[in-house]
Amino acid sequence: METTLQWLASPGLPHFLIISAMLFGLGLMAVLSKRNVVMVLMGVELILNSANINFIAFSRFTDFSLNGQMIGLFVIIIAAAEAAVALAIILNIYNRFKTINLDEVNLLKG
Amino acid sequence: MEFHLLGIGILTWIVFLPIAGMVIVLLLPDHNRQAIRWTAAVVTGAQVILAGILYGTFDRSMTGINNADSFQFIEQFNWISVEAVPWFGKIEINYFLGIDGLSILMIILSSIIGLVGVISSWNIEKMTKGYFALYLLLLTGMMGVFVSLDFFLFFIFWEVMLLPMYFLIGIWGGPRREYAAIKFFLYTFAGGVLMLLVMLALYFSVAYVNPAGESVHTFNLLHMMNPDYYVDGSILSGVDTTWRYVAWLALFISFAIKIPLFPFHTWLPDAHVEAPTPISVILAGVLLKLGTYGLLRISFPVFPDGTNYFMFLMAILGMISIIYGAFCAMAQDDFKKLIAYSSISHMGIVVLGIAAMNTQGMVGGVLQMFNHGIITAVLFLAVGVLYDRTHTRGLNDFGGIATQMPRYTGIAMIGMFAALGLPGFNGFVSELFSFLGAFEAFRWVTIISVSGIILTAGYILWTVQRVYLGALPEKHKNLKDLTLREMFAFIPLIILIVLLGIYPAPAIELMNVSLSHLVEIVTGGAP
Amino acid sequence: MYVQLSLLILFLPLLGFMILIFKGKKLSGKADWLATGLLSLALVFSLVLLVLKLTGSPDETLTYVFNWIVFTDAMLVGSLAIEFGIMIDNLTVIMLVVVTLVSTLVHLYSMMYMKGDKHYERYFAYLGLFSFSMLGIILTHNLLLMYIFWELVGISSYLLIGFYYEKKSATNAANKAFIVNRIGDFGMFIGIMILFAGFSTFSFGALFDSIAAGQLPFGSEGWLTASGLLIFCGAVGKSAQFPLHVWLPDAMEGPTPVSALIHAATMVAAGVYLVARMFPMLTEDALLIIAYTGAFTALIAASIAVTQYDIKKVLAYSTISQLGYMIMALGVGAFTAGIMHLITHAAFKAGLFLGAGSIIYAMHNVLHDQHDHKTDAQDIRNMGGLKSKMPVTYWTFVIFTLAISGVPLTSGFLSKDEILAGTMAFSSLNGHWLLPLIGLTVAGLTAFYMFRLLILTFHGKPAKESILNGIKESPKLMTIPLMVLAALSLFFFYSINPFGAPGGWFYSVIERPMSIVPGNLQPAGHELFQDAVKSVHAMVMTLSVLIAAAGILFAFTVYQWKRVSADQLAEKAGVFYKGSVNHWYFDKYYNQLFVDGTLAVARILHWFDVNIIDGIVNGTSVMAKGVARLSKWIDTNGIDGLVNLTAWVSQGSGKQLSKIQTGRVQTYLVYVAFSFIVFILLFNRI
Repeated sequence: METTLQWLASPGLPHFLIISAMLFGLGLMAVLSKRNVVMVLMGVELILNSANINFIAFSRFTDFSLNGQMIGLFVIIIAAAEAAVALAIILNIYNRFKTINLDEVNLLKG
Repeated sequence: MEFHLLGIGILTWIVFLPIAGMVIVLLLPDHNRQAIRWTAAVVTGAQVILAGILYGTFDRSMTGINNADSFQFIEQFNWISVEAVPWFGKIEINYFLGIDGLSILMIILSSIIGLVGVISSWNIEKMTKGYFALYLLLLTGMMGVFVSLDFFLFFIFWEVMLLPMYFLIGIWGGPRREYAAIKFFLYTFAGGVLMLLVMLALYFSVAYVNPAGESVHTFNLLHMMNPDYYVDGSILSGVDTTWRYVAWLALFISFAIKIPLFPFHTWLPDAHVEAPTPISVILAGVLLKLGTYGLLRISFPVFPDGTNYFMFLMAILGMISIIYGAFCAMAQDDFKKLIAYSSISHMGIVVLGIAAMNTQGMVGGVLQMFNHGIITAVLFLAVGVLYDRTHTRGLNDFGGIATQMPRYTGIAMIGMFAALGLPGFNGFVSELFSFLGAFEAFRWVTIISVSGIILTAGYILWTVQRVYLGALPEKHKNLKDLTLREMFAFIPLIILIVLLGIYPAPAIELMNVSLSHLVEIVTGGAP
Repeated sequence: MYVQLSLLILFLPLLGFMILIFKGKKLSGKADWLATGLLSLALVFSLVLLVLKLTGSPDETLTYVFNWIVFTDAMLVGSLAIEFGIMIDNLTVIMLVVVTLVSTLVHLYSMMYMKGDKHYERYFAYLGLFSFSMLGIILTHNLLLMYIFWELVGISSYLLIGFYYEKKSATNAANKAFIVNRIGDFGMFIGIMILFAGFSTFSFGALFDSIAAGQLPFGSEGWLTASGLLIFCGAVGKSAQFPLHVWLPDAMEGPTPVSALIHAATMVAAGVYLVARMFPMLTEDALLIIAYTGAFTALIAASIAVTQYDIKKVLAYSTISQLGYMIMALGVGAFTAGIMHLITHAAFKAGLFLGAGSIIYAMHNVLHDQHDHKTDAQDIRNMGGLKSKMPVTYWTFVIFTLAISGVPLTSGFLSKDEILAGTMAFSSLNGHWLLPLIGLTVAGLTAFYMFRLLILTFHGKPAKESILNGIKESPKLMTIPLMVLAALSLFFFYSINPFGAPGGWFYSVIERPMSIVPGNLQPAGHELFQDAVKSVHAMVMTLSVLIAAAGILFAFTVYQWKRVSADQLAEKAGVFYKGSVNHWYFDKYYNQLFVDGTLAVARILHWFDVNIIDGIVNGTSVMAKGVARLSKWIDTNGIDGLVNLTAWVSQGSGKQLSKIQTGRVQTYLVYVAFSFIVFILLFNRI
């Protein structure tokens, strides 16, 4: 118990990685299980952010210096653009199928 | 002997006139039947005149057969030659025409039969244009075979005949015409394939050295007859080798199909029965002779060793054909089939005669080719006359025709009795010499063969009785006797039958020297 | 001179044939006179030739030859010429007269007999063709030409037998005659081939010279005998000898004058003439077979003639029998007697036939007038008592009958007597006693059946009075030939001495030729034979007269005086009677054996041809089609199958795989994540 608390008290790289992993897990869960495209998109944002945490954590605790933070910023910008594009796609999907339920959008079915 | 017309040799004229006629026929409008017919008649008439010129100017003392210098009316130039085949030498195919005593009679025969065929085709109304175009093409093929001295050319003409014949039977024939045409075509074609194989084998074996010192492979038949030109170690070099026997047999089968010799004869009755009258006349009158002509022109002088080796086989097959054909003829109820089988029987006499390998037999055999051509032409025309009027050929449907059509009956009887071998008609002379010659070579075979004359008398007289004699049935009470056109078809043939029956010397003179020479080549009596 | 004359004689009838066959209808009824005129001209020339030859150069043999065909460079023999030509010796000139005479008489007779026939001109044309061919046989100097004319005679006989061609029986008879003759000719042809192969010539002279010089065909005596016998086969056919005699009775279907000319007097005698021509080269064995053939023929034919009722059939069998006599005579070496019988027989048998024709003509006219189509005009049972109505026919008929029966003072006696003496002499030389025995038996039978015919026809009571009342004597044109022939049936034309021919002119001009075969094959020498004949002559003459008298008496007893019933006799004879009436069943069994047999073979072979040979051909095509089908199967299922299999496999797997293609992005992402985890676990065991 003692050691656990101690480990919690002194945050290092593993903590951030665990957070990031949990965030990734949540995002993945959302992407995989949500039927609503908007929710899936939100899951994707979570995954992106978990990646950002990784980048930043690695840049803080290793010798990569600022490179990680730069990429974090870059990801945020890309994510914004991506969200815009994705929302546009979603709008198109909605226009086409009158739904944004992913189960009903299965044009790729072989 | 040379004879040129507009700078072109007479043999080329006689061979390719029909092609020219064919082109004219094709250019004429479809509905102008009369013009088409007259074109064909003029062309074949011109052929007869050319054949007459050949007969008149032919030098009877020149031998021919294997000696290029003693052929007559020669036309020779290089047709195809391939220079650059280093390992093989030069390749050469010649346009090489020429005649000798063996072919002159056949040329006369085919020109006459060709004209007679046109006259009897006058009432062909179905697709007249196509008919005469094919007919003329056929004539070119026939003539070409008789004058070619190059194996390649021979083969081309040989195959050229097939196609028009196929269509002439297949389109203008009787009810089972497709079957008959296909049977004819395939059968003859199979023979042609064998011939092609032998031709190629010969070609690869024969080479001569030209003045420039190159070794030249050639299809020249005369070179093939000369043992000196065979390349050492080639497939057909040497004497009495297995391959030469095989080649002889293959060639023999291809010719035997055409003759047709037992057991290769079954296409003939079908083809005859289905073919229209003029085509039957051509088929029996000329085409069958190509088989025996091929034997004499190619098999005998090119393979004297094989010929000697298989002489007895030929005689036996001839004998079987004579007897077997006569028996089969006796069992027929169809007039045309009867004549078809009698053709088999009579062509057997030719084979027996030429197998004898002496002058009498050979002369008899070749004369029998000519005579049989004339006689069966008369017989088929006679059947055609009846068929045109009654649309039946059943022997039992007739009777008493003599009462209704006396002129026709007289002419048909002459044909019948000539076929029966009655002295005074040409059939007798040739049968006589064939048998006389054969008897010296094969005693018992000939004795059995001669018994065929009894059978022949049997079926011919029975036919005469059933068709011409007896009481006239009611349905034939208004048959018309021969028209002038039909008479024109018959008369030249009848004149020949009687003339050659009484005095055959003019025909025999033509071929005597050549055939004696051929006998000497085969039996090894002379170089 | 001889040559020109003989050529004229030969070609005059041919000229007549040509004109009549092409222009007959246009001659408007003059055709008969043209033909008869040409023939009588030929007769005159023949008589001139006969006198010239017999008075001028009786011992010479003249030949005139030209080349028909020449083969240059023939194998082994160099140049080989086939010659045609004529040969004139005593036999020739006598035969010429016989043929032209009978022919002229028959022409005259036919002008009346055939009057009104549809094909009147054609009839005379055929007669001309026949006369030409027959004269050719007589004049020829070689075997080939002999064979040619032989066949031509056969064809003119065919045409004339089948003259009433609308009748089935007539055409059947014509076919039978020609084909049966062809069988004989088949043998003759082979004989000629043997001789030609052996000696490279056809001419009698050259052949005999070669044989006399000791050459043999194929170097064997057997082949020489065989060639002689094979040529004799031709004579067997033409002269209607056993076993080829069956055609002659049927040949009576032809017009009666034709029967007289061709089937009694001339053509059938050609066989005898042929044997006479070949006589020098016949070996002893061959001659013996010939003699027995003749004897046997004479016997069976006579035995058949005894029971026939058709007047022409009786005469036909009698002809066969007499021809057998002649052949037998030549066989035993009684050469001159045989030839003489040929000539005397020609006269009296032609007379008998013409007499019969005269009767038939009369009967026919009566039946025609009475519209009776059932009664047979040729059946002697329907006749009887004609003697009073037809005196000329009757008396000439009596003379002919006496002559054929061999009663003294007739020509028949002279020749028949000599033949019998010859057979007797022959048997005394080498013990063949059967020959004279048959000869004498036949003589008795002949006398019997001829008188039976005479009595039934002319004597006694008629079967129907109505018929007899209508009968008229035939016109002059028919009776004159009868009278001429009757005169010629008397002895003085042949010999001054009525009881012995050897002293007469005939024996001095016709002599038995020397045998030229090798010595060991020769028949008994001429001198020896002559002596034997002399020694038996008187005895034979008595015997033959007695036997003839017995036969005549018996005929009178049975048919004239009716002391013995003919029916009872027939019953007693039993098998013999039945056999005789049915011609010893020759026709029946020949038909079954040869005609039906040949047809059966023909049908079998045709079946074989259609089903086996053609079956093989068609089978080949069926087989080819089968192979084609097989290769098509292989192609569609094998080769193409592989291609299709590839497609099928990829398609199938695609189908299976497509099931995981749900089309849902999320599913894919599950796969991605899952496989990512799997990969990590697999390759990066951290």
